[in-house]
Amino acid sequence: MVDTVLFEFLHTEMVAELWAHDPGPGVSAGLRGEEAGATKGQKMSLSVLEGMGFRVGQALGERLPREMLAFREELDVLKFLCKDLWVAVFQKQMDSLRTNHQGTYVLQDNSFPLLLPMASGLQYLEEAPKFLAFTCGLLRGALCTLGIESVVTASVAALPVCKFQVVIPKS
Amino acid sequence: MAVCIAVIAKENYPLYIRSTPTENKLKFHYMVHTSLDVVDEKISAMGKALVDQRELYLGLLYPTEDYKMFRKLHNSYTDVMCNPFYNPGDRIQSRAFDNMVTSMMIQVC
Repeated sequence: MVDTVLFEFLHTEMVAELWAHDPGPGVSAGLRGEEAGATKGQKMSLSVLEGMGFRVGQALGERLPREMLAFREELDVLKFLCKDLWVAVFQKQMDSLRTNHQGTYVLQDNSFPLLLPMASGLQYLEEAPKFLAFTCGLLRGALCTLGIESVVTASVAALPVCKFQVVIPKS
Repeated sequence: MAVCIAVIAKENYPLYIRSTPTENKLKFHYMVHTSLDVVDEKISAMGKALVDQRELYLGLLYPTEDYKMFRKLHNSYTDVMCNPFYNPGDRIQSRAFDNMVTSMMIQVC
């Protein structure tokens, strides 16, 4: 039980620390800054978080499938992410997996543990994306170890429900 | 029991390669490359049959190998991956990995 809390606290601190240097959209940037939204520093922080998640995902992708069956196709890999990887990291399974069978998968978590303590509804919606960057990297890293190049993005409509979109380009 | 051990990355370059000093190194490097082709064949030929952990081993390339050796190798490789100081794609320089490989090769020479 304690392990989950440890990771949540660590993750929260990681985000807070990276954001401490770029508190809000550029105050002195003027009109252009406000239109751009996230500053360059914030985008860098998002990349750093995603990169961290990626490295962790790579290691997890190697360690987790030990007792599990070899993967026959892409869908099996995605199922592995939704069940085994999610359970190992968040102690619950992904709530839904949808695909268009053309390489795009949408993984939905209706009570994402990293967003759960924050709010329930629309409050803090703008803050939510930075708490999803690490997890996007995690998914991308695990896929990379399993031999799949992908692009992973996340979106939140209302906390704590979030969707991770995995796009696997066809070669 | 083993005369040559190699770990090959996804991009087909060696992350780690070691052979017993008495044998010709070049010959082994060639053998490693040809075995990569065999690996590719086996992967593309895989059907939807029921598989178990041993499939990670892709079956025996030659009938005399011991799959327990492969398991030890894979476990050590996983430990290397989990080392925060190791960047995936680098040559493997872990002493623990070296020791494990030595223990697998020691029975031959």
